[in-house]
Formats: sequence, structure tokens, C-alpha cells
Amino acid sequence: MINEENKILEFYKQFKKNKSALIGLYIVVVLISFAIFAPFLAPYDPLIQNLEDRLIAPFWAEGGSFTHILGTDDFGRDLLSRIIYGARISLMIGVISVSISLFFGLIMGASAGYFGGKTDIVIMRIVDIMLSIPAILLAIVIVSILGPDLFNAMIAIGIVGIPTFARIVRASVLAEKEKEYVIASRINGSSNFRLISKVILPNCTTPIIVQATMGFASAVLEAAGLSFLGLGAQPPTPEWGAMLADSLQFITTAYWMIVFPGIAIFLTVMGFNLVGDGLMDVLDPKMKDR
Amino acid sequence: MLLEVKNLKTQFFNDVGDIACTCVNETSFEIQKGKTVCIVGESGSGKSMTSLSIMGLVEEPGRVTGGEVLFEGKDLLKQNETSMRSIRGKDIAMIFQEPMTSLNPSYTVGYQIDEVLRLHKKELNKTQRKQKVIELFELVGMPLPADKYNEYPFKLSGGQRQRVMIAMAMACEPKLLIADEPTTALDVTIQAQVLELMNELQAKKGTSILFITHDLGVVAQMADEVIVMYKGNVVEQASVEDLFENPRHPYTKALLNSIPRPGKVKRKSRLDTVDENINYLDFPKEIR
Repeated sequence: MINEENKILEFYKQFKKNKSALIGLYIVVVLISFAIFAPFLAPYDPLIQNLEDRLIAPFWAEGGSFTHILGTDDFGRDLLSRIIYGARISLMIGVISVSISLFFGLIMGASAGYFGGKTDIVIMRIVDIMLSIPAILLAIVIVSILGPDLFNAMIAIGIVGIPTFARIVRASVLAEKEKEYVIASRINGSSNFRLISKVILPNCTTPIIVQATMGFASAVLEAAGLSFLGLGAQPPTPEWGAMLADSLQFITTAYWMIVFPGIAIFLTVMGFNLVGDGLMDVLDPKMKDR
Repeated sequence: MLLEVKNLKTQFFNDVGDIACTCVNETSFEIQKGKTVCIVGESGSGKSMTSLSIMGLVEEPGRVTGGEVLFEGKDLLKQNETSMRSIRGKDIAMIFQEPMTSLNPSYTVGYQIDEVLRLHKKELNKTQRKQKVIELFELVGMPLPADKYNEYPFKLSGGQRQRVMIAMAMACEPKLLIADEPTTALDVTIQAQVLELMNELQAKKGTSILFITHDLGVVAQMADEVIVMYKGNVVEQASVEDLFENPRHPYTKALLNSIPRPGKVKRKSRLDTVDENINYLDFPKEIR
């Protein structure tokens, strides 16, 4: 029997073959370490204002110095520190909103796929209605109802992500439930709940894991969008989207305020998408070369 | 008498609720303790639907619309889902045709058999269950039984997987084993081994077997009693010797004649077939 350690090693070996996925993985690892070690990595407190040092350029530009590597914003806060702390918030947004979408998407998709008939029709029509409204618009509506706040934004993004998960779970449950091992397990006396949770779902994990990774990226992007519109994180929270919104009026005079948070968002979204693509290749048993 | 099926009727309905197909029509038969009954018939004759109806596993839009299935005197059609669950796996077990898809690819084979024991033999603890699983592997002639406990299904050959399925079915020593074409997907030598194994287990444990097949060679090897099905109806029922020596129903005769016999087939002559233009239901049923 292969032990757990060997499995992970084997997995990494497969994953390494895909260069772009590996780059994505590095980005994600850097992001996670930023989030975990933010207090040690960031040179300054992200919230402390120092009005004497406002709008300092990054170190390579005129007027910049190594005291503030990426410069400061209009309140004299260190940009690098804010971006490092922003990783925490972005990861939190990703984890919480993906968990919300995953939880409800799993329940809805699994029951629609497994029970079929009227249950399927009702659930999938709700999903269709949700999908027919543009995601960001739906998120704006939900946040307007709940009130502008970072946590409410996560809930909104979570709800927006439900239909995608529900569809993916339903499709894989539909494919699995016809297989004979499901009937075999029923014949052995398994209940419906047991059949769904222990027999069918473990065989549907591949598309769900991939979608969770991709969903993570879009959650980060949508949260940045909501914060940019003033519906997510509120100042002075160092959220990347909110930082973009703050910097709009300085776009001609202090480009660094808009460029670096933008790059941070871009790299995060790209990193998670690349990892998602890589996982899809590795986890698909048909792609395995043995 | 272990199982008594009386006038069983299973029908499928279309969207507006009209009968689309009568898959099992007024079927009656009996299975005695320790005996093997074979159901033979061509594809679509209702063999598998009969077994699913007995287990109460007919899926929408199909329904059992009439008859009785008496298992030790209890009508299975009148049981609720909970009591059916305790009968399935424990008193009645089933083996399938396709050993490739009938095991869950996500779990080890040992775990999957362990699961059946966990559901139905609550008095056993973890080590006793593992012991029992390994004993079952030995019983079904699995090579290296202790090592196979932790194998995933994709590592086993077709014959080994079918042995796992049989071990799983035998885990709770069921009174009735329904085998739905268990050897069709296996090659001839493995088929012979699996059939022999089933005969052996029957002799050891006294299990009754309902064997579904379209292979008359298998019938000759396995059956005590044979039921011939045609378009959802039982057309002939007889003991195995009677049926092969003295088939009475024209459909049975046609079926037996369609087997090419070595030395009996003339050069350049056509093989006998079952004539599709005859409706064999027009002939009286031959039930002995």
C-alpha cells in the first residue's frame, strides 16, 4: 500500500511537469507566507499614518529611498506593508466565500443530481435564475441589502459562487450515481444520506477541487471590485481593491499607489488560476501516464 | 420455501402516466432453500427487472404494480425503506455483471467489505471485522488475502474483482444470493472458476441462488430449476434435466437449437436462429 507521504510526493512530481502550474504554485505559496508572517515581513504598521512622509516614490524613482521600498500613500502609510497585510484579507475573502459557495453548492447540487425529478427542476431553475444575473451586479445588490462591510462582501461573493458549484456537483453526481457500485452499496443496505456523502461524493472530488481553486481567484477579484466601489472593505483596512479606489485621484502624480495593489491582485488571481489548471491535469486519472 | 414470487408485475410509465412497457408480466416462481434457480432469456426479456423488483430497487419511472414477493413468508413489496435496508445485504445479496464498475474506486476493497459488516454485524469490533474480511477473501480463493485488504479496485484483475464482489455478497451469509450475469464480462477460464466457487459456497453455506444469465451452458452447470423468460413473460419452467432433454415450449426449443453444436453443424449451412416473426406468447405456457 502506498503511504500518505509517497502519495504527496508522487502528486508533486506530476504537478511539476506543468511549468505554468508550478509558477502558480510558487505565487500561491508566497501569498500564503505573506499572510501568515505579515507582522514579521512588513517593515511598518499598515495603519500608522505619517503625514510628513506622504506620497514618497518607490526607491528607484526620483525622491524615493529604501526606507519605503514601494513608496507611501496619501496618508504616509508604507505601501509594501499595506500590500503584505492585504494578502491576509484577500486569502480570508477567498477561504470564507469559497466555503460558503462550496457548502450550499454541494448540498444543492448533490440533492438535485441524486434525487432528480421535481427536486432537480426546482433547484436547477433557482440556479439558472442566479446565473442569469451578472455576478458583480448580484453581489452589489446583496451588499446593498446587508450593508457595506468586508464580511458582508464575503457573504455576497459566496452566494454569487453557489450556482457554479451546484452545477458542477450535480453533473458529477449524475455521472456517478448510475454506476453499479452505487447500486451495489444500496443493495448492501446503505441509506440515501450515506450513498450521497460516503459513496458518490468521494468520487466527485476532482472537479470540485479544481472549481474551488478557480473560485478562489474569482472571489479575490470580485472582492477587490466591491471594495473598489466602496461596498467591501472600509478604510483604513489595507484591502487591495480599496487601495485602488483611494489612489484614483493621484493616478497622474503617484502612479505607484495604483500600480502595486493592481499587480498584487493580478498575480494572486493568475496564481490561483494556474494552480487550478495544473490540478485539473494532475487529478484527471485519464491524463496519468502509468 | 425461501422465496415465493406470485404474479409479479413491473411496469414503466411515460410522462403522461400511461403504461409505456410491461417489463415483468404476471411472473410466478419459487426458490427452495439451498437450490439454484436460473432465469434465462434474451436481452430485454425482463430477467434483470425481475431481480430488481424482488429487491425493491426499481427506479422511476418504473413501478412494481402487482403481485407478491414472499421472502420467508414476509411480503417484501409491503416493507418500508428502513426494513428493506436491513434485509438487503443481510438476507438477500446481489452480484453484478460488470466487476469493473461495481466496486467504488475511491476506497480499498477491504474497506468496502468492512462497510457491509459495519452496517449489518454491529456486534463485531474493528479487529474482528478485519479478521472476518480476510477470512472471506480466503473463502473466495483470493491469492494473498491479507495483502489484498488494502488494495484499491483498479489494481485487481476482473476475476479478482468478481471474487471481491462475491466476498462482499457473502459477508453476512445471506439466505438468498441474486447473481445478475456474474460471469458475462469474464473470460471462459475465469468464468468456470467463478461458477465453481459459487457452487462450492452454496454447498458450504446452504445459500439459495437466483442466477440470471443468457448463457445456456452456464444454466446446465448451475441450475436445479430453470425459468425461461420471453418479453416479460415466463414461457417455460422446468427442472434442468427436463428442460434440456425435453423442451416443450417452442421458444425454448428455438433457444436451444440456436446453440451451435460441434460436429452437428453442416458445412455452408446457416445456423439456427430464434425467429423474430413468431410471437411465442401465442403458445400456452409450459410450467412444470
